Amino acid sequence: MTKDWTHLRELESESIYILREVVAQFRNPVLLYSIGKDSSVLVHLARKAFYPGPLPFPFLHVDTGYKFPEMLKFREEFTKEIGARLIVHRNEDAIAAGAHPLKLGVARCCGALKTAALLSALEKYQFDAAIGGARREEERSRAKERVFSLRDSFGQWDPRRQRPELWNLYSGAIHEGESMRVFPLSNWTERDIWDYIVQENIKVVPLYYAKERLVVNRNGMLIPADNTVHLKQGEVPEKMWVRFRTLGCMPCTGAVASEATTLEQIAAEMVSAKISERSTRIIDHGANTMEDKKREGYF
Amino acid sequence: MSSHVLRFTTAGNVDDGKSTLIGRLLVETEGAFVDQIEGARRENERRGGKGIDFSLLTDGLKAEREQGITIDVAYRYFATPKRKFIIADAPGHEQYTRNLVTSASNADLAVILVDARNGIMTQTRRHAFIAHLLGIRYFIIAINKMDLVDYLQERYEEIRKDFVDFINRLGGAESVCIPISALEGDFVTEPSTRMPWYTGPKLIEILESVNVDEQLDQGAFRFPIQLVSRPPASPELPDFRGYMGRVASGSIRVGDRVVVLPSGARTRVTGIVTRDGPLEEAFVRQSVTLTLADDLDISRGDLIASETQPPQARTEFRAILCWMSEKRLHLNHRYVLRHTTRSIRAIVNEIDYRLDVNTLERQSPVSELETNDIGQVRIKTLQPIVCDPYKVNRQTGGFIILDETNDTVAAGMIQP
Repeated sequence: MTKDWTHLRELESESIYILREVVAQFRNPVLLYSIGKDSSVLVHLARKAFYPGPLPFPFLHVDTGYKFPEMLKFREEFTKEIGARLIVHRNEDAIAAGAHPLKLGVARCCGALKTAALLSALEKYQFDAAIGGARREEERSRAKERVFSLRDSFGQWDPRRQRPELWNLYSGAIHEGESMRVFPLSNWTERDIWDYIVQENIKVVPLYYAKERLVVNRNGMLIPADNTVHLKQGEVPEKMWVRFRTLGCMPCTGAVASEATTLEQIAAEMVSAKISERSTRIIDHGANTMEDKKREGYF
Repeated sequence: MSSHVLRFTTAGNVDDGKSTLIGRLLVETEGAFVDQIEGARRENERRGGKGIDFSLLTDGLKAEREQGITIDVAYRYFATPKRKFIIADAPGHEQYTRNLVTSASNADLAVILVDARNGIMTQTRRHAFIAHLLGIRYFIIAINKMDLVDYLQERYEEIRKDFVDFINRLGGAESVCIPISALEGDFVTEPSTRMPWYTGPKLIEILESVNVDEQLDQGAFRFPIQLVSRPPASPELPDFRGYMGRVASGSIRVGDRVVVLPSGARTRVTGIVTRDGPLEEAFVRQSVTLTLADDLDISRGDLIASETQPPQARTEFRAILCWMSEKRLHLNHRYVLRHTTRSIRAIVNEIDYRLDVNTLERQSPVSELETNDIGQVRIKTLQPIVCDPYKVNRQTGGFIILDETNDTVAAGMIQP
């Protein structure tokens, strides 16, 4: 074995193998591009996997209308720079009807703006495989997820119908109407992601870096205080040094107090992190769990 | 040199304390976060328990938490400064043999939990046997719940002897025994003063130092082709043709002579291409793109191999099957066999025997295999498969069988 082989090289090599299997086994795959750090790593791996050829699939971004402006700016610049084909899909009806987590509740809001939008995009473009950046370590129902995860013709996940995955034999065999979600980063942890971003010097959205930002403390979560937050009575925004560990929709993504302004400092913060990254995402809280959302077709 | 990633599986009976052990490993290596631990504590208290029930950290699905059982293989991650660990946690229930087969297929080591009060049970033997069948050659026998037998050395020695005998009978495997209490934390990641008679390493130290890599590392070169790379012609790449894949075993250098199978064409490697620059040599597990001296008709499913130690191309062979589906094996029925990067039509035309995994007895004649059965069969394929015996190479010796509904109905291991 080569001397400079590390656990990051091992993960990288495995993910490249998985990405190539998707392209070999599916007619019309798509990469679900969420603009976050995991997407950045996924894209980096895809470029390595198909070098010296071009990326063999387009990117799909499901835009809820509540994404941070910095994310959209990064999306435009980055996809242009690497010459990726970008499809942006929005549930325009729900957005026009004013869907908001405080109005609909988090579960219904996510259901309309993310799950329904994703399923209709997959249907519209007839994608038979959707590559995502979810990791098993993120959340306990994801710990049982397959690398090739079968969805029925309604895009739904049935944990009891998943196929056994042996060795590195990923079966992409599907029937008309069914589709596959594929997770090449299954075996990566948040710490691996940051260590790899540092090692490969991968570009990420500036929101991951600490900066003085206006936030409001809502039930212990630091929510960005911009015009989407809908301040409740008694809530007073304050300026704090914070950064984002995960990036979702503005009303539902909490920041963490931090002064890490370089990739190295962020990676160092991970080593001593005591709280899981999903704790900053309102979607994972409450009675409607990640498992329920996955069953309905959520990522 | 030992690998930087250790993939291991855990097996044991339902109440042997597997979840507790994994929970403790995660917590003590900081592979679990405070909010997850806090969540597990709250959930346990809501149900009238006290303290942290580590199993609530690992059981992911609602049905599992409600029924207090583990249904599916779960993957867990933790790291120490020395190594990254991937645990494939297989449930201990009798009806879930297929989960153990799945989790063992990618593991290099098995941690087998034994309840010190009960000693070796039928199921414990079965788990070790299946793990061994799937090619695991390193066993850690963790004799757990030592706190419930007063940390008695006699009890430990009794079980240890029993089990080491059993593992030795399986052949070719190394095993090491350790007395622990997953609940109290003795010898997991922390030392213990309660068993001064044990002077060996702690569990975490064994996991950190075991070397599991040699076989594939030193094996003959095998490179199943995933895709052919033919980027559009450009001034820099007027006519590029490369073969993408991941080295399944051995290594390859630029200039090496190779054979392409099943065609048998011989040629030479002219380049090892990666986006990080060309390489002189590629090693096992590396994903690369190879260029060859001659323009040959090569596509996905073909295999590039060492010219001097080529694999076999076979259309008839014997294999051990682990039957995973609720649908029975039908003799002479057309199935699809998925092997390396190739899919081919195949039939099973005879069952040599079924194995009783409790007694290791071979039963024959038998006319069918059903869920969780293990047996040796004869297989015929429509086109040749390029393979090695599973004992020599897990990557080129393992396959799965799909039926016409696309269900994965069996896992197979090619016999010499």
